[in-house]
Amino acid sequence: MTSTALLMMVITEVIITAVTFYFFWKVLITPPRKEPDSYSENDDEKR
Amino acid sequence: MSKESWGTRVGLVLAMAGNAVGLGNFLRFPVQAIQNGGGAFIIPYLVCFLLMGIPLLWVEWSMGRFGGKHGHHSTPFILDSMDKRKFWKYIGVFGIFTNLAVAAYYCYLESWTLSWVWHSISRTFSGQTQEQVAAVFGQYVSLSSWEPIVFWIICLLLNTWILSKGLSGGVEIASKIGMPLLILFGAVLAYLAITMKAGDHGAINAGSVGLNFLWDPDFSSIWTAKVWLAAAGQIFFTLSVGMGSIQCYASYVKSKDDIALNAMSAGWMNEFVEVVLGSSIIIPIAVGYLGIDKVVEMTQSGGLGLGFKTLPYLFEQWGPTLAVICGVFWFGLLFFAGITSSLAMGTPCMGFMMDEFKWKRERSAWAFGAAILVLGLPTVLFFNEGVFDEYDYWAGTVSLVVFAMVEIILFAWVFGMDKGWKEINAGSDMKVPTVFRFIIKYITPVILLYVFISNIPGIVNKISNSDIKTQLAAATDETVITQLNEQMFYGNVARIILLLVWLGVAYLVYVAYKKRMREGRFTS
Repeated sequence: MTSTALLMMVITEVIITAVTFYFFWKVLITPPRKEPDSYSENDDEKR
Repeated sequence: MSKESWGTRVGLVLAMAGNAVGLGNFLRFPVQAIQNGGGAFIIPYLVCFLLMGIPLLWVEWSMGRFGGKHGHHSTPFILDSMDKRKFWKYIGVFGIFTNLAVAAYYCYLESWTLSWVWHSISRTFSGQTQEQVAAVFGQYVSLSSWEPIVFWIICLLLNTWILSKGLSGGVEIASKIGMPLLILFGAVLAYLAITMKAGDHGAINAGSVGLNFLWDPDFSSIWTAKVWLAAAGQIFFTLSVGMGSIQCYASYVKSKDDIALNAMSAGWMNEFVEVVLGSSIIIPIAVGYLGIDKVVEMTQSGGLGLGFKTLPYLFEQWGPTLAVICGVFWFGLLFFAGITSSLAMGTPCMGFMMDEFKWKRERSAWAFGAAILVLGLPTVLFFNEGVFDEYDYWAGTVSLVVFAMVEIILFAWVFGMDKGWKEINAGSDMKVPTVFRFIIKYITPVILLYVFISNIPGIVNKISNSDIKTQLAAATDETVITQLNEQMFYGNVARIILLLVWLGVAYLVYVAYKKRMREGRFTS
């Protein structure tokens, strides 16, 4: 691969992968809101 | 109020990502990149994602959640609830029409992937030449046996059955299974493609040659309007914006819950699948075996040919075990990409029937399945006559652009940015950059207007059949003349069918509106 092509690919893929994982990780770690919320699986949890 | 709900937040994000991730991520994106400046294409592509994709995602999520607050789960009455003028609900018709019409041909496409999984397992392509593998596809779409119909019906039944199980019990479970498997299959195939060496199993080039071909930037291309239009078009279609399905999924989110972070997570997940995985499979493998010139020639007719006619042959070069594994992974990946999108097309139609006519979920799902069966039949029976492409052009291209352009004007200028900005930020788990307030109000509508205006010559050409008429004028062979006349006839019939579907949905919206008035359920 030429160095420009390699650089283009690596920079793009690293940025996109990092941003994707950052947002998904934020979704995972954000604590759920107080019930009643939009999601039914935690409905039995203590309100 | 509706009893439907999402089971988990992750399930909602995966379902939204699954809605966006489709066959185009793997078949369309790499071809677009090659044809529009290679690695340099990523610059206009990401700029369009920031200026058009992300704003549209936030707008559609917030419109959906706003409509859901008023008990609306489909675009006619979501749009209606945003302004006092009565015509908005008829603009919202696009949000049901598009889903019906796209699902009609998309389920057929999805059924090919299921069938090719079966052919990979049963070793149909073993020992065949590239031409023979391509001929299998030609015979398949020419309906030389009952197989395409059988797989299509299986696909329709599967979609309908999952939809009948509801959001958390059906769509969400399918997404929780489909999306991780899709990423796993994609990662395995990308690894095999990238690490491919010249000389291994008859490959003439290493995987890196294909990657270089795709990523080598031609920076002069970014100064041409064509490349920007291609980038805007790709962002548009990859995110499934302008369809009405995002609004429907988001309408089951309560106003105190986040949409801004969810939208970002689902949107970027789609980008990951498209850019990181989508660019690392089909082109490196194809260039590895066929060389750059042949791949350039093949990409002129889009990615479908490469995906279905060429890749099975190339997998065969890796030996029987890997041929089966890679065939199952590749077509399985395309199947999961397809089904998570087609399920999203069912929910707005079902939501409308459940909200307005108090239909039960199962009845709505089966009615959707029946509608897709009837509407999709012409695309199956007359695929070679161009009905499939006609549906794709009008429902999968024009309709999306029109609807997105009008909805952003409604959101930013009629509903108003003050209220709109509050909606986007309500319950938000992230800080939405203030610059997006300006972008949503000025930049995104201008880009969409530009995309729409650029499409007008194509629309006029299509309606007047000018391309076919030019070919007819030049044709001397009787067979070619008959074929072109048939193509024109079936093209016109397809357009009439689509127009009747739009009018039919508009009539249902009118009936629903009258029913609401009689029951004293005011809409806006």
